[in-house]
Amino acid sequence: MTKLNSKIPKGNLAEKWTNYKSHQNLVNPPNKPKLDIIVVGTGLAGASAAASLGAMGFNVKIFCISDSPRRAHSIAAQGGINAAKNYPNDGDSVYRLFYDTIKGGDYRAREANVYRLAEVSSSIIDQCVAQGVPFARDYSGLLDNRSFGGAQVSRTFYARGQTGQQLLLGAYGALSHQIKTGNVKLYSRREMLDLVIVEGKARGIIARDLVTGELEKHFGHAVVVATGGYGNVYYLSTNAMNSNTSAAWQIYKRGAFFANPSYVQIHPTCIPVHGDYQSKLTLMSESLRNDGRIWVPKKKEDAEKIRNKQLKAIDIKEDDRDYFLERRYPAFGNLVPRDVASRAAKERCDAGFGVGNTGLAVYLDFASAINRLGKDVIEERYGNLFQMYEKIVDENPYENPMMIYPAVHYTMGGVWVDYELQTTIEGLFCAGEANFSDHGANRLGASALMQGLSDGYFVLPYTIQNYLSKDIKVPRMSTDLPEFNNTLNEVKERLNKLMSIKGTKSVDHFHKKLGHIMWEYVGMGRTKAGLEMAVILIRDLKKEFWSDLRIPGDINGVNTELEKATRVADFIELGELAALDALQREESCGGHFREEHQTPEGEALRNDNDFMFVGAWEYKGEDKSPELHKEELKYEAIEVKQRNYK
Amino acid sequence: MNLTLEIWRQESPKAKGRFETYKVQNISPDCSFLEMLDILNETLIDKIQSPINFDHDCREGICGMCSLYINGRPHGPDDDVTTCQLHMRKFKDGDTITIEPWRSKAFPVIKDLMINRNAFDQIIQAGGYISVTTGGVPDANSIPVNRNDAELAMDAAACIGCGACVAACKNASAMLFVAAKVSQFALLPQGKIEAKDRVKAMVAKMDELGFGNCTNTYACEAECPKGISVSNIARMNREYMCAKVI
Repeated sequence: MTKLNSKIPKGNLAEKWTNYKSHQNLVNPPNKPKLDIIVVGTGLAGASAAASLGAMGFNVKIFCISDSPRRAHSIAAQGGINAAKNYPNDGDSVYRLFYDTIKGGDYRAREANVYRLAEVSSSIIDQCVAQGVPFARDYSGLLDNRSFGGAQVSRTFYARGQTGQQLLLGAYGALSHQIKTGNVKLYSRREMLDLVIVEGKARGIIARDLVTGELEKHFGHAVVVATGGYGNVYYLSTNAMNSNTSAAWQIYKRGAFFANPSYVQIHPTCIPVHGDYQSKLTLMSESLRNDGRIWVPKKKEDAEKIRNKQLKAIDIKEDDRDYFLERRYPAFGNLVPRDVASRAAKERCDAGFGVGNTGLAVYLDFASAINRLGKDVIEERYGNLFQMYEKIVDENPYENPMMIYPAVHYTMGGVWVDYELQTTIEGLFCAGEANFSDHGANRLGASALMQGLSDGYFVLPYTIQNYLSKDIKVPRMSTDLPEFNNTLNEVKERLNKLMSIKGTKSVDHFHKKLGHIMWEYVGMGRTKAGLEMAVILIRDLKKEFWSDLRIPGDINGVNTELEKATRVADFIELGELAALDALQREESCGGHFREEHQTPEGEALRNDNDFMFVGAWEYKGEDKSPELHKEELKYEAIEVKQRNYK
Repeated sequence: MNLTLEIWRQESPKAKGRFETYKVQNISPDCSFLEMLDILNETLIDKIQSPINFDHDCREGICGMCSLYINGRPHGPDDDVTTCQLHMRKFKDGDTITIEPWRSKAFPVIKDLMINRNAFDQIIQAGGYISVTTGGVPDANSIPVNRNDAELAMDAAACIGCGACVAACKNASAMLFVAAKVSQFALLPQGKIEAKDRVKAMVAKMDELGFGNCTNTYACEAECPKGISVSNIARMNREYMCAKVI
């Protein structure tokens, strides 16, 4: 019998959220300041949740690993945020956004959550505009929209190529407002290293002050983890250098189930890898696919000459170019979803048509858009992205097509949560990319910002209140309780153990090795044999890590190597779980592509009879196999079909 | 490329700092500046020495975390980029490169090249927002915004809060940072309601935290990785005068 209860409210799909809000329990205003809520993470989900809960009157403590909440990696999101406003009058609706998201996720997301996401999407735009987020506008002064992959309507709101930045600064402003009013207290340069559980409920965290090295105990009646995804398990990804999964992984080890870790999004339009020293990959926004056309040469000999620098892209005649997305998917063309576009690019490169020095690149060409609209228009739309490309690659993308290749970008998997965004630990909530909830096996572009803000502004303020209504008589607990001290001691032991290895290899050495294993065997194309190999290699790597790691310096004070070590230790364990999850899922869906399971045309082939479930893993202890729990997915409002973008 | 690096090392906020010399070899010109420092750090770890601490995160020029003062310029010799987007092709083989932290009373050094920019957060907390709370706001399109104003607001809002303007200024003034936020909201109808209180509170906080005054050298604009214009400072001064006088 499964322990999973998704707590989906009764009623028609369109009425579930309204019903929930109508019948949930509330906390009256005088009781709210007596209740403490810990929020870990200051990205879109964490900052918006803390600001909203603070404004309601709860006593909130928010933690961030950087010097300021504004550094969170939500800031790097470029293209936009979806909302079912239907301002362009092109046929959009809540149902259509819901439908596109479920289909885009390859029918592996929970229907009720996704519908709620689509339902609140409009309110997010209203909220952000009221905060002064400078969205793009047309000449009438009204909001402008553009298109994104997997949709046939224009529902994406944007602020040049810096939408994530502007939305995060909006949430950061709201958070700063609450800090000033005293409802929220900010703890910067702090990293959550463990969760404190008292009598089965989440009641606090252990955090490390990254400046002094001191371990701190913090109490909360409820705890929210909003610490983002685990893309850096691949070492090279579009994530920030400090993005990590440790908070999510520590709560997994304390009893929160971890769902679908094999669902990783590999984004088609990133700047290709160019050297061993490389530390991260840079995304070129999906919005570029509105005007950019993706192609490789039709003839292998042309591709080879380009790789040998005997030919340039502009030397290839129009007839000799293969616009492979337009060819394979005429209905959606260059705007197919990310998983589909990535696989198509890999297919062409594997077949020998790739360009660039390594042959692992395809062109993203703006020549026809520049001819049609003029350079000015393209510059206005994408100027900052073009500049960023030129700074990194040292080539002018107005004159030569960009070269791009897929890279790890986002993780759909994450901590399992119910409809209330509560994990399997009572009082512990998880929001944003850190949870698994809304994107199934593949996320559509411009939906991450939507989900983060939906969770923070419009879902958690209700569901946490519902949870805390039972806690109004629970006084603040002392952090001298044995539960706090024991957890603190366990963290201390873990840190001491890392420091005492005194081996010969740096943290990055192990992280890069893990990244190679993950990309090779748990990347864009996966096989049974490859995944089994990955599990063996990762287990070996774990042993090597714990016997040969070198961390210079001291446990006290700033020690960035120690910080990285705690994170990589967790990445290694998560990598193994992702491989196990990919191994058990004998089908292809969304970002999870098992080469054994494909249609004759090379499209992902799902197995709905056996795998229409969320795979939620329960930690069973060090060196014990985790247990898989299945949450069956039921689709009532939608007909489950083979995804078709042709 | 082979390079000599003169790097500021400082154990802790109160410790006395000093320059130390390091050599790096075989650096690819396509390598980013921070990747070059990663390579140096790997060699230091190999020798069981403490790696150089520097702030960095997104490495794509948007988070504002990286903050190196390179050869006397915030974010180094290239224009319109942060340190993380600076590439080694901007240097010559055999160069000596001097690397320091931002230097300002309001940004104390934490360790080596890491600094504490909490003062910027405090300025924003003083009023750098529109005081709406979640829910109960009007439909987004019920607040039309003149397109030109929206574009100017976006130009100002592009500030990443890195602090290069302070580091570049001989007075360590935070005027460009504060003016960018004041301008963004002063240009938008949503921001006008609190405009007077906002500019007064933010300027007062800026002064209280020990940032210097503006003497119109425009070094901030020249070094801003996002090209924030000093015309925002003029707008802030106007807003401030109006708020004080009217």
